[in-house]
Amino acid sequence: MVWLNALLQGVLLGGLYALFAAGLSLMFGVMRFVNIAHGDFIVVAAYLLMSTVVMAGMNPFIGIGLVVVIMGIAGYLGQRFVLNRVLGKDILPPILVTFGMSIILQNALLEIFSADSRRVQTGWLETVSIQFNDVVAIGLLPLLMFVAALAILGVLQWIFYHTALGRLLRATSDDAEIVPLMGGNNAHIFGLATMLASGVVAIAGVLLAMKTNFDPTAGPSRLLFAFEAVIIGGLGSIWGTLAGGIVLGVAQTLGAQIDSGYQMLAGHIAFLAVLVLRPKGLFPRTIG
Amino acid sequence: MTSMPPKSLPFDKPALRHGLGGLLAAAILFLAFAPYWAGRADLRLLMEAFGFLALAQMWNLLAGYTGLVSVGQQAFVGLGGYVFFGLAMFAGFHPLVAMPLAGVAAALIAVPTGWIAFRLQGAYFAIGTWVIAEVFRLIAAQFPALGGGSGISLPVAIAKSIGSSTASREMSMYYVAFTIALLATFGVWALLRSHWGLALTAIRDSEPAAESLGVRTRRTKFLIYVLTAGVTGLTGAFIFLQKLRISPEAAFSVNEWTAFVIFIVVIGGIGTIEGPILGVIIFFVLRGLTADWGTWYLMMMGAIAIAVMLVDKRGVWGALQARGMPSIFTTSRNLESKVKSAPVDTSAHAEAGDTVGR
Repeated sequence: MVWLNALLQGVLLGGLYALFAAGLSLMFGVMRFVNIAHGDFIVVAAYLLMSTVVMAGMNPFIGIGLVVVIMGIAGYLGQRFVLNRVLGKDILPPILVTFGMSIILQNALLEIFSADSRRVQTGWLETVSIQFNDVVAIGLLPLLMFVAALAILGVLQWIFYHTALGRLLRATSDDAEIVPLMGGNNAHIFGLATMLASGVVAIAGVLLAMKTNFDPTAGPSRLLFAFEAVIIGGLGSIWGTLAGGIVLGVAQTLGAQIDSGYQMLAGHIAFLAVLVLRPKGLFPRTIG
Repeated sequence: MTSMPPKSLPFDKPALRHGLGGLLAAAILFLAFAPYWAGRADLRLLMEAFGFLALAQMWNLLAGYTGLVSVGQQAFVGLGGYVFFGLAMFAGFHPLVAMPLAGVAAALIAVPTGWIAFRLQGAYFAIGTWVIAEVFRLIAAQFPALGGGSGISLPVAIAKSIGSSTASREMSMYYVAFTIALLATFGVWALLRSHWGLALTAIRDSEPAAESLGVRTRRTKFLIYVLTAGVTGLTGAFIFLQKLRISPEAAFSVNEWTAFVIFIVVIGGIGTIEGPILGVIIFFVLRGLTADWGTWYLMMMGAIAIAVMLVDKRGVWGALQARGMPSIFTTSRNLESKVKSAPVDTSAHAEAGDTVGR
């Protein structure tokens, strides 16, 4: 029964990891680069939520909306004015620039918010749970977060397949050199892709802030979780990424059930096992 | 290796190269006698700089020549350090024997890790290596005999086996560091001047083209990965001998052993042997000037790395070379410098056999 409970918690955690992964995967799919500062952007969003809702006392929904808007705009501008200038055949410049951003963000957060571990309290949401028996129980907050993650992934899927923006993004993913010939503007499309990814990152950060403690150095491990979920799921598929997130989440909670020291290790080992056994991931490419 | 035609220099290019080579030789000679003129603090700083130089040369060989951008080299620094502590403390090896053995162990462990990491390409390889380093960090914390998560200090008796007095110990340690730095720098140079170097340069310039000319790119890259892991492990063993204490956080620190090393290589100039040397000097000067800025110093390092990528991604030495600065460590065999006065065929051989800057 404890194991069943751990499994359930892992599945719910997987929703959050899939959300971490979706932004990373979106940017890689369209622009073929991996944002090393991805986890730090998630943590920045968490701090933004804390600043608006907790410190400034805003209405939570307005606060969340504001975080999404700020992150989206920052993402678009950062892409247009910095990252677009280093994208190209050479993979090193974007890695380095985002590595530099990661270090700047971590230290800026440290300077502003100190190294203290923070958390955004959600009041009664935290304590209510659906009890199945004396061991198995699902907290309302994790359940809501899982549903929110599913909803965001569903919206992303809808944007990709049913909107003009989605068509542009898929076309760019297929062949970025042809799109300008058809009248597309790559610099702008890349900006939009990062804006969309940053919106997802903002939601991921909001959920992170409500779920666990975070501190200025929490970013890199979120990047690794996101990356692992993408690879486990198989590149380029949103529902594959969800499966990847769930596999990672379950591996971590089962590992933690054995020994609290094994939580991270079990997740990494699940990732490496998939890499050895199925290098293309569990659910290989369905969309570009 | 300049891609654009060199602009005219205010002075003769071969003369400048001989001058720079002489300067380097003088600097090496000067540093060879450092224990006789430098104070303890300076000596320690030099040892640290040599460690970073060796790490930078290795990362540069890996990323600058084979295109394998790893952000997980801390895996081998930490492994080298831990294997060294294990061999010295439990197997009773003399530190000077345990150090190269730790390097060999790191290279051996790089074979299976490389086998896994090579399943990922490009930027994904970079993050994959980071995951592997994290796995090593978490595993290191599971060994209570080596201090578990909180770390362990090297017993005094082992440190004393290098030298009975503090002065003699520091002198031996200095020469170990000096040797590692020279080994890394001149080792990379020798490698690049061999037929391996031709293959590596070809891979750097265009992997598909190299492949089509018969270079076994995958095998070459794998061997370089294993080789750099070995030297990185050896350097890690030295670094933690100098620190006398090891912990998972310090041993597998991505900031210390990868971010700083990448900054050194990139600021100095990636894909050149002079770049890491220049980068180490710039890094230590900057650090000395701004160390008490705390977090602002790290933010400045990040900003400089971004600025280098935006302004000129070849780095300081790369930018100088593009303006006609000659290589001190010549790895290319070109005709330009003597083509005016000498017949073409002999000049090519003269350049190839040239060992300026030794």
